Amino acid sequence: MKKSLMFVMSIVLVFTLAACGGNNGGTAGGNNSTNGTNEGAGTNTNTGAGNEGTDAAADLSGSYLATGSSALQPLVDQAAQMFMEKNSGVTIQVQGGGSGTGLAQVSEGQANIGNSDVFAEEKLDADKAAELKDHQVAVVAMAAVVNPEVTVDNLTKQQLVDIFTGTITNWSEVGGADQKIVIVNRPASSGTRATFEKYALGTKAEDLQGMIQEDSSGTVKKLVGETPGAIGYLALSYLDDTVKTVKYEGVEATEENVANGTYPVWAYEHMYTKGEPDAALQAFLDYMVSDEVQNGVVVELGYIPVSKMQITRDIDGNVTNK
Amino acid sequence: MKPRTVDKIATGIIMAVAGFIILLLAGFLSYIIIRGFGHISFDFLTSPPQTFREGGGIGPQLFNSLFLLVLTMIITIPLGLGAGIYMSEYAKPGRLTDFIRLTVEVLSSFPSIVVGLFGLLVFVNVFEFGFSLFSGALALTVFNLPLMVRITEQGLRSVPREQKEASLALGISKWKTITSVMLPMAVPVILTGTILASGRVFGEAAALLFTAGMSSPRLDFTNWNPLDPTSPLNPFRPAETLAVHIWKINSEGVAPDAREIAAGASAVLVMTVLSFNLIARWLGRMVYRKFTSSR
Amino acid sequence: MARSVEREKRSKHLVEEWVGRVYTLICVGLLVLTIFSMVYFVASKGLSTFFRDGVNPIDLFTGVKWAPESEPPLFGALPFIVGSFSTSILAALIAAPLGFCAAVFIVELMPKFGRKVLQPVIELLAGIPSVVYGFVGLSVIVPFFRDIFPGQGLGLAAGGVVLSIMILPTITTIATDALAALPSGLKEGSYALGSTRWQTIYRIVLPTTLPALLTGIVLGIARAFGEALAVQMVIGNAPHIPRSLFESASTLTSAITLSMGNTIMGTAHNNALWTLALILLTMTFVFVFIVRWLERRSKV
Repeated sequence: MKKSLMFVMSIVLVFTLAACGGNNGGTAGGNNSTNGTNEGAGTNTNTGAGNEGTDAAADLSGSYLATGSSALQPLVDQAAQMFMEKNSGVTIQVQGGGSGTGLAQVSEGQANIGNSDVFAEEKLDADKAAELKDHQVAVVAMAAVVNPEVTVDNLTKQQLVDIFTGTITNWSEVGGADQKIVIVNRPASSGTRATFEKYALGTKAEDLQGMIQEDSSGTVKKLVGETPGAIGYLALSYLDDTVKTVKYEGVEATEENVANGTYPVWAYEHMYTKGEPDAALQAFLDYMVSDEVQNGVVVELGYIPVSKMQITRDIDGNVTNK
Repeated sequence: MKPRTVDKIATGIIMAVAGFIILLLAGFLSYIIIRGFGHISFDFLTSPPQTFREGGGIGPQLFNSLFLLVLTMIITIPLGLGAGIYMSEYAKPGRLTDFIRLTVEVLSSFPSIVVGLFGLLVFVNVFEFGFSLFSGALALTVFNLPLMVRITEQGLRSVPREQKEASLALGISKWKTITSVMLPMAVPVILTGTILASGRVFGEAAALLFTAGMSSPRLDFTNWNPLDPTSPLNPFRPAETLAVHIWKINSEGVAPDAREIAAGASAVLVMTVLSFNLIARWLGRMVYRKFTSSR
Repeated sequence: MARSVEREKRSKHLVEEWVGRVYTLICVGLLVLTIFSMVYFVASKGLSTFFRDGVNPIDLFTGVKWAPESEPPLFGALPFIVGSFSTSILAALIAAPLGFCAAVFIVELMPKFGRKVLQPVIELLAGIPSVVYGFVGLSVIVPFFRDIFPGQGLGLAAGGVVLSIMILPTITTIATDALAALPSGLKEGSYALGSTRWQTIYRIVLPTTLPALLTGIVLGIARAFGEALAVQMVIGNAPHIPRSLFESASTLTSAITLSMGNTIMGTAHNNALWTLALILLTMTFVFVFIVRWLERRSKV
């Protein structure tokens, strides 16, 4: 019994030691390119073979961590796996945790990339945000959705504001049947809500008595689809027949309307690095905006490629034509 | 009303309530299992999840859950045994022992979300283990440890006093008595308790959301070097367990068959926990029989 | 020669003894250390809302408006506190009679069937992960409530029902143990005096086991109070004190899970969430002390 105890203890000890070793490399700073656990650089066999948009001669290696927005996670994860297949020396781990976590971790050097649905300036202090470099990799558009039985199919900005601040509480006030409006909103900390408030409402929504708040798009979709008289908002990638999409000021939420600037409710998906990224990280970020990813995974996941956008928009909402 | 009538009515009500509970439980369990059972296949259990296409599986998640369980137990068992032995054999009655007992009690009733937040603060951020299996295992240890202590104490208490005194009378040291006479005899109780505790670890999600992370990086199941980041054995990789996966696809799943996957994964989870329970019961009964018939 | 062997043996014993003592002491020390560091870390984070962000504790405990992102931010946590207490007490109100009936059934009415079938099945419930409860709650209980009651289905009632199933095993197990531990002479005496079974249960069994039953209920409430994911999925999460059982509400745990990942460590909003965690932690202590007090009474 004692022997087995000692054995178990020694295993614990080994793990603990490994922990210290592994972490000194992984968290040393913003621009660490090699990690104690990654010995694969020398065995890199196929660099350059299929590296569109990257320096074909570079022998890329390193271990990186991207954390943040759970909405962006599937996209980055998929792209990272494709990138790693081409560059076997590079390891990129992608984690969720929310935009706030991502920005905080990249700012403190715990992660190499911070994925965010919002501009860093909206979450971090100005001096911390200034250290971060923004890489916009995709555009996500949002649309107001209602229960399929609601007859309304267009809402103006003012009507939306009235609904989300509690001035209008019945569908008959906006041309629908006599039915109570049930709001399915997001929590005040949500990036999706921030985008919707900023570009669709132009003002803060109220946390009204009796409203439902869910952080996750899947639950919002389920509840809007099931609850009579419900209204919520979803990213375009989540839309299907279980919910009804309403027009915003008469404009339909489509890719073209977003790209040409007529539909305003959209946001950039950001990948932040602290300062300038190193070669391998830069190669990955370049790969994110390459045609292969932009026309492949980005479209498949329901995002709008940045390359398709005919306009650009800065943090204050000023739109300029490309 | 006559007492006899009242008695009949009361008995009827109690029977009805018991029947209702049985129906409720049967309905509950069969709802989960029947809904998900159709989706379970070998492929489902072994293939990796898909983010947006159909046909994703739960292979890595299942592995992560099991591996995390093993890691947690590797940390918990020696610590729990040690503390349990202290509490039942070395501790002298007094203020200090009372205080430790209180600690164990409080620790065991902490909400798992608070344990998870503590893990996020201490293991993930202060010790910089990051979102990893190791952080997750430590967090689970925190709320599994008091259980283990209690189980060990119970096990040692179940050993007949004569056994212990005979050993001590032979001049064997106390520690040796505990480890080579008492512990082996306490094994049945400890084992049963440990398996039941494992079930709890297996289904835990709230404490893991902020410690083990919600993502499962690419795993190379041919790579068994525990130091390589793509190796499934690396304890410092982030890992999404089955319970966390259910939580995630329920809320963020974009795959067209997300709902079926959630149902299938729930069924797998429930069946695993049930089999843990059944194994524990069966094992307990078998060892009990062996002990009572041979002695 | 013989003496040196003897001495060697004794010193070996001494070493063994010390190894054992030190090892077990370290284990216990770690246990105590864990709890202290837990209280320390959570408190240092949670209290910074008051000390660093300058929120008045009275405002936090009595304020009804939670708007952490507005200007100026408001941190009224009363809706969450009310939500947590009402869901867990509602859960106990549903589960306690059910658990008591199940225990009576197992111990008094049909011991064979009860012990072999009902008790194991109820105990299995304790092992089912909370995520699964939430999943079933969202797909069965919420639509059911939406159809038969006014409102959207989500709310205190849905949360209470889901929690009541989760705490049923705790209450039943403790009630069963308490009933079974009752000296049989007590019941037989009552029967001998001509009482019916119900009279015995009502006049003898219930009063004598009451402290133990209450312990079970408090433990159930404690578990319901700290449950996070299952509740968050079915309660609706509006940061308001609900006007009815079928209106969207929030609990301390649901507020934490909803916003923790979206906020940045060190900001006022994040610290306020830690304050909620600190309230949860403190309540755990309160529940443990209530249970201890009840246990002491049941021993007398």
